[in-house]
Amino acid sequence: MKKEIFEPFNISDNNFEQCVKCTICTVYCPVLEVNPDYPGPKQSGPDGERLRLKDPGFYDEALKLCLNCKRCEVACPHGVKIGDIIQMARIKHSKKKPKFRDMILANTDIVGSMASTFAPLVNPMVALKPVRRIMDGVLKIDHHRIFPKYAGMRFETWYRRYAAKKQMDFKKHVSYFHGCYVNYNFPQQGKDLIKIMNAAGYGVHLLEKEKCCGVALISNGLIKQATKQARHNVEAFKKSIIDKKMPVISTSSTCIFTIRDEYPHLLGVENNEIRDESELATRFLFRLVDSGKLKLVFKKNYKKRIAYHTPCHMEKLGWSIYSTSLLRMIPGVDFVSLESRCCGIAGTYGFKKENYETSQGVGKPLFDQIDSSDVDFVATDCETCKWQIEMSTSRSVQHPISILAEALDVEATMKLWQNESAEISL
Amino acid sequence: MKFDNIIIGGGLSGLTCGIKLAEQGRKCAIVSSGQSAIHFFSGSFDLLGQVNGEEVSHPIEAIKNLADTHPYQRVGIENIGRLAEEAPQLLNRAGLKFCGKADQNHFVLTPMGVMKPSWLTLDDFTCFDQKHSFPWKKVLILNFSGFLDFHTLFVKDGLKKFEVDSQIKNIAMKAFEAIRKNPSEMRSTNIAKVFDKGDVLDEFVKKANLLSEGFEVIILPSVFGLFNKKVVDELKAKVNKPVVLVPAIPPSVPGIRSQMLLSRRFQELGGTFFMGDNVEEGYFENNRLMDIRTNNHGDIKLEADAFILASGSFYSKGIVATHDKLYEPIFGLDIDGDTDRSQWLDEKFFKDQPYMHFGVKADSNFRALMKGQAIENLYVAGSVLGGANALKEGSGAGISLLTSLHVVEQILK
Repeated sequence: MKKEIFEPFNISDNNFEQCVKCTICTVYCPVLEVNPDYPGPKQSGPDGERLRLKDPGFYDEALKLCLNCKRCEVACPHGVKIGDIIQMARIKHSKKKPKFRDMILANTDIVGSMASTFAPLVNPMVALKPVRRIMDGVLKIDHHRIFPKYAGMRFETWYRRYAAKKQMDFKKHVSYFHGCYVNYNFPQQGKDLIKIMNAAGYGVHLLEKEKCCGVALISNGLIKQATKQARHNVEAFKKSIIDKKMPVISTSSTCIFTIRDEYPHLLGVENNEIRDESELATRFLFRLVDSGKLKLVFKKNYKKRIAYHTPCHMEKLGWSIYSTSLLRMIPGVDFVSLESRCCGIAGTYGFKKENYETSQGVGKPLFDQIDSSDVDFVATDCETCKWQIEMSTSRSVQHPISILAEALDVEATMKLWQNESAEISL
Repeated sequence: MKFDNIIIGGGLSGLTCGIKLAEQGRKCAIVSSGQSAIHFFSGSFDLLGQVNGEEVSHPIEAIKNLADTHPYQRVGIENIGRLAEEAPQLLNRAGLKFCGKADQNHFVLTPMGVMKPSWLTLDDFTCFDQKHSFPWKKVLILNFSGFLDFHTLFVKDGLKKFEVDSQIKNIAMKAFEAIRKNPSEMRSTNIAKVFDKGDVLDEFVKKANLLSEGFEVIILPSVFGLFNKKVVDELKAKVNKPVVLVPAIPPSVPGIRSQMLLSRRFQELGGTFFMGDNVEEGYFENNRLMDIRTNNHGDIKLEADAFILASGSFYSKGIVATHDKLYEPIFGLDIDGDTDRSQWLDEKFFKDQPYMHFGVKADSNFRALMKGQAIENLYVAGSVLGGANALKEGSGAGISLLTSLHVVEQILK
């Protein structure tokens, strides 16, 4: 018998009728703890929604203080999509026009493609204190923030030049949604993914043309543009998943969360046909290992003490178990689990001058845990969590896929399935 | 994904099962649709407070007078005493300390200002041995200015019956101005967070000591020690009069702390907690539950040798009633409840309501029934079992704890 997810008497898709005013969500809101100007998830969400349904004039601009971490939704015992209610209210009712600064922060791909073209110039420029002061004063981007470095060669360019051809040597194939960060800032993560997937026997391909998932556009109120990009991406995913029978994997938890859940819930872009086969690389790999279809062989000399941080959108997806299970499979890993807490950056939120204090206040308990954890480094699936943790603690951060890439004995892993497929063909 | 045991439901019952199984070395997972009713915890666990309208003093004795279908009777009188000894020890290992015994109820002061019988009371609170008197005669009831979740007048009125002379005073402090700005967020948890952060307690104690001159005892809302129990101990040590804490309106500070300690204990023992996930479907073969499909994990199914359904009663949607039917929403298990809707309710609101007794049907080993057949490896524990009006009896926590321990014993056999 299938569980009835939506109650028969709901008028909404976000279950707001199911709120029993129990206040549990308010306990888990990281913003409420540090910024009393925020009315909190219950007031901003289901309580406020009742008023807004009567008169949109009740909309409160303070709702922009919501991080969209969705921790209220994870806590809610009655399945109320509190975060969605708040985001929808912002989309529907906010009168505030996005500022020039917001457009710069939101257009990660346009800015990324310009910045990576001039990377040798841009990187030292934005790292300069006077430049950061100017950005702080003029653009209201907080001067504490250090922009992630832009790579000289984009991941896509590297892939076409050096990796594309080899991918046809494999029998099984996946597409890779690399996201803006891998493309413009950190191509190494994409290279690591290809290394692992190849070791597992999969060729890795790019989508016909991927666009930024649009998460920053949504949070900065550029909904029209976000919807356009969402439609484009869903079509690109369909071509891979339906036409070519290639599932799509990604290394960014927020990109994949946005594509799977925010597209239909916030933008009204249907993704039924592609949702199940759009996932994180760690989940894809875990499934193979768990079902006995893949064996990973690790190097004997890899020894590290690693703490895993659960990004908010991983908490919402419930998928951190895949990343942590893979890390725990590495024999030389001494694994430390951090208590799941928001780091406070929330994408572009923490970059804004007006949010800096809230952002750091939210993250403090996590930073304290990390600083006192005595680990070699922190592992996490989210790029903006990485920036935040690296800026605010004494530890560096690595993606689980990059850790696997370093610890994996590629040859030995490949040999296992090559032997097997040789046996089968005999 | 394979586990030894999977528990559906992350409340008191599910956590008790999970902790006990994990202590025995089982690889366990808990799937919970969200945070649990432990967030509304009054601070006291009741075993049995009332039978047939009569107040109970000796719960273990009184259990004999319950109907044969009552969960306690089904666990067996011969087991109840032993399990009632075991429960506080298990909780204690998670860091929860209680006063109280199973063979004799004690009393706690409720927010309504009356004395209620109870079994185990968290050491934040005060255990009394008399129902009709209060050990102090001059009482200061202290609240925080702007805090609406503590109804001082109820307490004052209640204490009047004990011939106690009480006075209400409010404390205003700069540290609380920020949370007062937002009237909907002047909540117990937010006050507790301010105290948790450190230096405010001393200032509060100074004011409390000043205000309490001429009084014998201070009554305060329970808003201390959300993440850190030390705040409660420090408060009691530094205030120079005895302090009696009284539960405030939820969210409950000691409740959330208890929830955190229990789930931390479970995870430290190697348990996996899937929070915010729903079980959508189960796959059965030859009267066995093979695996379950959840909303978050989709095609990666969760397998186990044995499963426990600890999904709660109506409030937690462990069972659901619509206009025309009563059902168990995850697997469609058999329900022990009337099929005729007119028999669900007694028109007299305060009567023992029939629907309060509804739950999932289980055999004598607490295995769930489906179409009359017991599912060999699917057990039922906690309030989803039915067979009792926990509200009327004051037996909810006892049923959760003891049926859970009992079910785990069946699995470990």
